[in-house]
Amino acid sequence: MGNAFRRITIFIPYFWLLVFFLLPFLIVFRISLSILEYGSPPYVPQFDLSAGWSGFWDNLRLLNFENYQFLATDALYRNAYISSLTIAFFSTLMTLAIGFPLAYGMARASEGLRPILLMLVILPFWTSFLIRVYAWIGILKPEGLLNQLLLWLGVIDAPLTILNTNTAVYIGIVYSYLPFMVLPIYATLEKLDYALIEAAQDLGCTALAAFWKVTLRLSVPGIAAGCLLVFIPAVGEFVIPDLLGGSRTLMIGKVLWTEFFNNGDWTISSALAMVLLTVLVVPIVLFQNAQAKATERQK
Amino acid sequence: MKSLGNVRRSYAPWEDPEAKPYIRFDKITKRFGDFIAIQDLSLDVYEREFFSLLGPSGCGKTTLLRMLAGFEEPTSGEIYLDGQPLKGVPPYKRPVNMMFQSYALFPHMSVEANVAFGLRQEGMARADIKERVEQMLKLVKLERFAKRKPHQLSGGQRQRVALARSVAKRPKLLLLDEPLGALDKKLREETQFELMDLQQELGLTFIIVTHDQDEAMTMSDRIAVMDAGVVSQIGTPAEVYEAPNSRYVADFIGSVNLFEGTVAGTANGTVRLAGPDGFDIEVADDRDFATGSQVALAIRPEKITLSRHRPESGNAASGEAWEIAYMGDVTNYIVKLDGGKMVRASTLNRQRSVDNPIGYDEQIWISFAPDGGSLLDE
Ligand SMILES: Nc1ncnc2c1ncn2[C@@H]1O[C@H](COP(=O)(O)OP(=O)(O)OP(=O)(O)O)[C@@H](O)[C@H]1O
Ligand SMILES: [Mg+2]
Repeated sequence: MGNAFRRITIFIPYFWLLVFFLLPFLIVFRISLSILEYGSPPYVPQFDLSAGWSGFWDNLRLLNFENYQFLATDALYRNAYISSLTIAFFSTLMTLAIGFPLAYGMARASEGLRPILLMLVILPFWTSFLIRVYAWIGILKPEGLLNQLLLWLGVIDAPLTILNTNTAVYIGIVYSYLPFMVLPIYATLEKLDYALIEAAQDLGCTALAAFWKVTLRLSVPGIAAGCLLVFIPAVGEFVIPDLLGGSRTLMIGKVLWTEFFNNGDWTISSALAMVLLTVLVVPIVLFQNAQAKATERQK
Repeated sequence: MKSLGNVRRSYAPWEDPEAKPYIRFDKITKRFGDFIAIQDLSLDVYEREFFSLLGPSGCGKTTLLRMLAGFEEPTSGEIYLDGQPLKGVPPYKRPVNMMFQSYALFPHMSVEANVAFGLRQEGMARADIKERVEQMLKLVKLERFAKRKPHQLSGGQRQRVALARSVAKRPKLLLLDEPLGALDKKLREETQFELMDLQQELGLTFIIVTHDQDEAMTMSDRIAVMDAGVVSQIGTPAEVYEAPNSRYVADFIGSVNLFEGTVAGTANGTVRLAGPDGFDIEVADDRDFATGSQVALAIRPEKITLSRHRPESGNAASGEAWEIAYMGDVTNYIVKLDGGKMVRASTLNRQRSVDNPIGYDEQIWISFAPDGGSLLDE
């Protein structure tokens, strides 16, 4: 009885992964190998069950890597990937620069205050992501809140153009993903034994050196988790560049959207998605490794 | 008297009114909110002294060490190190190292790197660090574990790493917060002796917190017995053991029999007690106690003699053996006196006790000399 129960509970996550990750992945992969054809469904070959095994093999033979070759020839895609990675990379750095001090402050706050601070970090999730990004339009547009404030303060004479630029995209990403940076770092810092910092100081470290050698060093797993939680979705981000970015903001999420919904090109967009996934597998594996190491250390 | 190899030298700077203390706690009080952890405590420790703090859990031992190391500031009073006030001196500038009760090992560093941490910090040459680390790991018998991470060690091994790390810098003042508690008896005794040797060899000053009285007795020049934020008694192991100044200290160190009584008279350095516990006692004590005052005689089990017949002289009372525990070298008895009081006695088995031991169910006598114990009025 207990054994059967255990087997079922182990089976559930595998089943979940199989149905909601592996199967869709295989379908997308298969579409990326197909040939575009207008009309419905928009690609060939289609599997035809009535054709039996021989038809299945014929179909397989028609699959090819032409879409991937096409991606390689068109500079637009390459630039979109590079631009996405660059934007994601720098947004991650900025999120880290803001998130770490926030998390540190939270972890050092008195025990009674911590849940409140944690609540404040999580609170934005209660509003729809889309609405929060829209709100930034109101803040960043030429006659928006930010410009009015700066004009009123006399910092600037004419409104700044922020909306529809990469700057707005950075602001949007950093704002939206900040909690994903703060929470894992906070989790590691909160567990940090303060006696370790005292021990470092006792052995001759200044407060700053102790911070560097102990606090920062021991929060690496949290920093790694935070960075990946920000970087990975930021690379594929579509909503933020679409709403806040300009016509020259090139991000792979936007290209994918255009290929799929505007051009109806299922095969190219599937190939784009596959390449994106491959690019992201590297940080995902790194993330997994960092997690495994962190859990091992805790034992 | 203390052994250094084969040389014995006497060391008692606290008896010399001219001697300058190395550390002076001057009327230190430490509060945490409303709670008073240390209350108006004054204490001197001398250079090269091996000083122990002994006391029940929560009496403020760790707090005292933390104030010395610089992690807590006294609420009032001043601590002097070598004559200099310590107020405001940050931990890294104090010539003090502390071994933490919780060990506080750096989890991301190997045993070796933990021990080397302080040495690297002070900029010691690589080769010297290597040599010192090896020496330290040898001291705590962890040579084979140099490359391990703390989470791969047992509790006792971790404790030894913490010890090695704090000793490695050879600070002039070393604070050890229960350094050997997690070790087995044999390893603990070996480490005790090695620590003592090291302290003598390098001329360091040690302040050590321990729950183990035997450890305090073996290692220390002096012991401070603490009780809820105050020091009850400071003295050499022999003083604290043989001449406790209060019921609390007598009871805390070793096992003791307390005979409560009323002073019936004092004469020629002898105090006579009328004991409600069944018998009258004469004690050699030249203090002047008021007749009728309540005092207690504290007497250690080994000062009590057991016999089958009433002894000629000394204080004696009869009873019967209630509990007998044969330990090999000694036998511990609990004797129930005729008046009902339980008395602990311990006899050295100088003859083979299988031959004719005192057993249950016989009338026996306990006795002790007038100078066998000490009178306590606190
Ligand atoms: N930071 C603190 N805040 C509040 N109270 C504290 C703090 N540190 C210590 N105390 C209190 O001060 C008292 C003395 O603590 P301390 O750690 O010095 O005890 P100890 O003698 O070392 O005990 P043990 O033998 O259990 O280690 C305890 O009652 C403890 O609860
Ligand atoms: Mg303690």
